[in-house]
Amino acid sequence: MVAPQARGAGHHRAATRPGYAQPSLAAPPSKRRGESEIPFALLADTVHGLRLTATNAAARAAGAQVGAMLTDARALCPQLKVAPGDPAGDLAFLERLALWARRWGPWAALDPPDGLLVDTTGVAHLFGGEAGLLEDAARSLAARGLSVRLALAPTAGAAWALSHYGPEQAIWHAGDSFDDLPIAALRLDPAVQLVLRRLGLKRIGQLSGVARDALARRFRTVRAPAANPLVRLDQLLGRVPEPLLPVQGKPVPLAQRRLAEPIRHRSLLDRVVEDLAADLVRSLEAQGLGARRLELGLWKVDGEVLVRKLELAEASRDGAHLVRLFAARLDDIDAGFGIELARLSAPWCEPRALSQRDFETAAEAHGTSLAACIDRLSVRLGAEAVRRPELHASHWPERAQRWLAPLEPARERQESLVFHARPLKLLDRAEPIAVIHTHPDGLPRRFRWRGNLHDVLRAEGPERIAPEWWRERGAARLRDYYRVEDGQGRRYWIYRQGIAGDGRGDTPDWFLQGLYA
Amino acid sequence: MTEPTPLAAFARRRTPLPLARGVGGGPLVPNAVYGAGSNPPLTPPASGSGPVLPHWRPGLGGAAVHSELFAFSGEASGAGLALAMALDQAAGDERPFLWVQDKAALRKSGRPYRPGLPPALRHRLIHVAANTPEDALFALEEGLRCRDLSFVVGELAGNPKGLSFTASRRLSLVAEKHGVPLWLIRIDAAHDLSSARMRWDVRSAASPPPRWNADAPGPPAWQAQLFRARAHPPGKWILRDDGQSLVAGAPHHEQADPVDLVHRPGDRSLATG
Repeated sequence: MVAPQARGAGHHRAATRPGYAQPSLAAPPSKRRGESEIPFALLADTVHGLRLTATNAAARAAGAQVGAMLTDARALCPQLKVAPGDPAGDLAFLERLALWARRWGPWAALDPPDGLLVDTTGVAHLFGGEAGLLEDAARSLAARGLSVRLALAPTAGAAWALSHYGPEQAIWHAGDSFDDLPIAALRLDPAVQLVLRRLGLKRIGQLSGVARDALARRFRTVRAPAANPLVRLDQLLGRVPEPLLPVQGKPVPLAQRRLAEPIRHRSLLDRVVEDLAADLVRSLEAQGLGARRLELGLWKVDGEVLVRKLELAEASRDGAHLVRLFAARLDDIDAGFGIELARLSAPWCEPRALSQRDFETAAEAHGTSLAACIDRLSVRLGAEAVRRPELHASHWPERAQRWLAPLEPARERQESLVFHARPLKLLDRAEPIAVIHTHPDGLPRRFRWRGNLHDVLRAEGPERIAPEWWRERGAARLRDYYRVEDGQGRRYWIYRQGIAGDGRGDTPDWFLQGLYA
Repeated sequence: MTEPTPLAAFARRRTPLPLARGVGGGPLVPNAVYGAGSNPPLTPPASGSGPVLPHWRPGLGGAAVHSELFAFSGEASGAGLALAMALDQAAGDERPFLWVQDKAALRKSGRPYRPGLPPALRHRLIHVAANTPEDALFALEEGLRCRDLSFVVGELAGNPKGLSFTASRRLSLVAEKHGVPLWLIRIDAAHDLSSARMRWDVRSAASPPPRWNADAPGPPAWQAQLFRARAHPPGKWILRDDGQSLVAGAPHHEQADPVDLVHRPGDRSLATG
């Protein structure tokens, strides 16, 4: 709506006190001095034809509403002047305006399509108080030819509500109530607003007349705040946090080498990667960061891009370590006609204040740290190959342990019960065994596993483990586990799947699942 | 049948007994245990003037940083004994340890199961599942370089080409340099050339009866034969984990031999010298 050139843009803006500021720019387009008497509208080309997307005050007075078809608006107001809208340009303008608006606070965010939000926490005194701040903002924005609505409140939601539906330059004071504002001030989807209107809830104050449980039952979506009046109400009152994305970007540390002569050989590429790593390490050092994720992009002469990514177990900015990790990843690079541009970036960084010494020489003398060791292992073998077992709350033996990344912090868990001895090793898949037993429900006398006969001399059991009925299908059979020792002292964990006559299959089969130390 | 002699008596002697001298004039290792069918030791015997080698015993600690345990695939005796020895050598260490398995070893002998690991090791395991023996050797070497690991256990099946004498020497040197002990379990492998400082043959042994249920399998026991060691004479033991520490006893069926100076079964004072 805001074509940035000569026209200004309508625009409301709100600022908040301790938390967030909420501006919004909803508005009549284009008014240069003296032009405001001419009805004017911006258009968008929709599937049903041209529609008005923004109008000025004169046009609204003449009956041209936002959202109307152009022909309908022309019928009401034949002298309406129009121009095509430029949503991308508007957004770009809003972004520039957001950067400019940081003069009233260190932190500004967009509220598309027409709002801005400035965090004015602790800034008001510089402008002689909150009223002075709003006055200054109104003056500066008016000087840029923008018509705005401003409000200042402790939360982003409250600032939005006041700037859109409150008085001019509203400032929220402790004890002020939002009860009189319309439901639309809650930033809800049109469909939700319609539902509330049909329920007879038109003001925010009326929501407090309804039991919270009833509202929670009626509006179950919690993911999208715009579909849940309770979440919006809580955001308005500051009961739940509302994270916002500031406009200032965070530059990704990166290093780049443009090569005069495309390179085709590995040794040269290694050299380039070394140089890149050295550059990147320098920029990381300057910012006090360590890289957790690295991306190496290699642009080939024939227009293809090769990307190699790797992640580190711990933030690091050691050039030699990074080069060593990448060396394993460059083996399968096909340079084709040559590589002309190489770029190394660190999209994920973490603060790393301490300087660390050279990994390689330190590793020779004192050994590597655990994080460096795991990095090296997982770069060559894959992250899936290096893992740590973790107890899981299940009595089903295969599910009682899970595998996590080695440096992931351990979760608090109840230790497993100690009165059952569990095997040292578990086969990935229980192997069927042929069994000779005295009676079908009893203990096997001897069994054959992997072609060898084992005489059962001593045994303990059964330990009956029922399937997890909430997860398995209904016909799953229980298991009777036995701990057995054979004539040569080998100890095994075997089980019978099911009981004869349990109606869930034929004669039960026997399996060997674990090996005791 | 000679009366068993306390080993300590021999250990203190500076010169070997004339009895222990071989027929060919070459001195034999005093106190060497030649069980039924076991080969003579591969180590060059200690020379007459050199110091007498002390017998291996549990709790000796710190002596060998690279040991090899030959075990069979149908039992977990190799892994069990390796963990017991590691615990015996580095009790009280709370650093994590690395357990590397190649694919064949994983398929033949299973994957570590946390509820069944010794309680002192449960929370410290970092497991590496390598696809090939070469990857496993790489992981072992990287693990030995790491100062934050208390020990490294490797499990390799068969006699892979990658595990040559050079490779094993490499492992020994790295382990010695960084002081991280390595227990390499060789599953279904022949005794090939290796530079391991101690080489064992391990099998399961009948477990002692548990306290409450005599019909049930008891705490683990292993039959272990040390067939080559640099710092110790070879020997044969029944080792068990009694819950607190590793305990050694002599094999139950030891053959009588004039040179056989084996301690009695379960007689710990002899074994510990």
